[in-house]
Amino acid sequence: MNGDSKLLTMREAIAQHVPAGSMVLLGAQLEQMIPFAAGHELIRQGRRDLTLAGPISDILFDQLIGAGCVSRVMAAWVGNVSAGVGYCFRRAAERGIPRRIETVDYSNFTLALALHAGALGVPFLPTYATLGSDLLKKNGNLREFASPVSEERLVAVRALRPDVAILHVQRADVRGNTHLWGSLGVAVDAARAARKVIVVAEEIVEADIISSDPNRTLIPGFLVSAVVHEPWGAHPSPVQGYYGRDHAFFGQYHDQSRGIEDFEEWLTQWILHAPDRRTYVNQLGAARTGGLGVKEHAFTAPADFGY
Amino acid sequence: MGGAEGEHGVIVKSHSEAEVAARGYTFSELMVAAAAREISDGEFVFVGMRLPMLAFLVARRTHAPRAIGLFENGVIRETPSRELLYTMGDPPNLRGATQCGQMLDVMGLLQQGRVDVGFLGAAEVDRFGNLNTTWGHRNKEMQRLPGSGGACDIACLARRTVVLLSHDRGRLCDRVGHITSPGYGSGNGWRRSQGLPIASGPAAVITTLGVLRFGHDGEAFLASVHPGVSVEEVLANTGWTLRVADELIETLPPSDEELSVMRKIDPNRFWTR
Repeated sequence: MNGDSKLLTMREAIAQHVPAGSMVLLGAQLEQMIPFAAGHELIRQGRRDLTLAGPISDILFDQLIGAGCVSRVMAAWVGNVSAGVGYCFRRAAERGIPRRIETVDYSNFTLALALHAGALGVPFLPTYATLGSDLLKKNGNLREFASPVSEERLVAVRALRPDVAILHVQRADVRGNTHLWGSLGVAVDAARAARKVIVVAEEIVEADIISSDPNRTLIPGFLVSAVVHEPWGAHPSPVQGYYGRDHAFFGQYHDQSRGIEDFEEWLTQWILHAPDRRTYVNQLGAARTGGLGVKEHAFTAPADFGY
Repeated sequence: MGGAEGEHGVIVKSHSEAEVAARGYTFSELMVAAAAREISDGEFVFVGMRLPMLAFLVARRTHAPRAIGLFENGVIRETPSRELLYTMGDPPNLRGATQCGQMLDVMGLLQQGRVDVGFLGAAEVDRFGNLNTTWGHRNKEMQRLPGSGGACDIACLARRTVVLLSHDRGRLCDRVGHITSPGYGSGNGWRRSQGLPIASGPAAVITTLGVLRFGHDGEAFLASVHPGVSVEEVLANTGWTLRVADELIETLPPSDEELSVMRKIDPNRFWTR
């Protein structure tokens, strides 16, 4: 076994690197590559008092909130991208069910800038975005200031350094050097801003595959604390080149999360009674996963790194 | 993406099959056509999803073949995707893209003032075009909505914004309780006083009943009514005393060409029923 290997099971990675009270960044690539398997393991391990950070989280935030894992959300949008409302988020924000959550509202751009500031190692970055909005009034991490170099007012977006960023990716080597393509969102800055990174990969490949294309190595292994091999780990969100989006699953979740009892049933069926991702994938069934698979490959042309 | 679509965005009144058959199009299709006409050829468009996505594709395949689409996940497209999209992250939207960059790449273009038009949905829009997608209220109870997404950024920084929503008194209110995405604030000069770019702000609000535009004082007025809709109906469904243009027109119905493009892209009318 490779002595530098950071390969862990999902259970080990979450147990070792995401303690209660952590600020966890999820959903960096927006609607693609959402680390559902990691989120589900957080729920199974009963993690509490998490701060969730991310731009558009889709239903993973909603599930974690509904399962009682969350005390604070720092995000631009929380809901169900297919259907609009996230019912668990609403119950928690409006009525403290199952527990109260604090919401710190960002826009997508300001959340991206907060991570970029963290990645650059500066305390803030300036922008015109959110001027005049109530996001600026209510989010203490957005502060208006007079530009020192022009006659303008701008917003200082305070740097965000999550305790851990969990990123689902296409492929990585065992040391965490990662190839990622398609929908990038804020993934690159998230990996640099976070104090720890857990990479969840569809495929683990030899190091020379990664090093053959260093431009595509968007996360260098030295930033990575753990690598988890978890095929289908982003379902129901899509992974370019691996599987498509399971639209029906989002719709079913919407229907089943409307009431608390139905949500509890959903949680039991898909998370608590599925001890690992393999069980979950079996539960989905071959017909469903087969239908989501790549129908027509579209490989990029090779680039010549020779000299 | 423009906030809380679905439950809080464009929900179009249902129409009887006979009504639709007689007219030849649905109100959603009319809204898509009206939205498409807000895009000029060669413009940079912050696209969003649902009806605006269809509008962008209709514009590209009719009068604006060189319009360029930007998506918040970092994707920039100059050619339409081969399949209907449900989210901007759907694999067909990435294949064949001009560029798959980072969110900051497209947000940077937006902040530079290069984005001509951005589309937004909203739970509530007010007299001055301010949008709320954070805290709404229904039956006097506070209702937590999903939040800004990129809507606040687009509302602050795009040269023009176009809002699409269903027309009722609850949604078109005098003043929103929470400004998620700023329009003209409290009126004339407000955007400038807040430090927002000079060339920016709402251009149109396209509803299920008509199209609102904005005067120099930043207040909305009714610019056109959809075919079969009366001015009285629009006023009765608006939460403030809406001004009416001297030269009020009827919204142009979707052309055969626009309808055929829409129905080709969305053959089951997933977005426009």
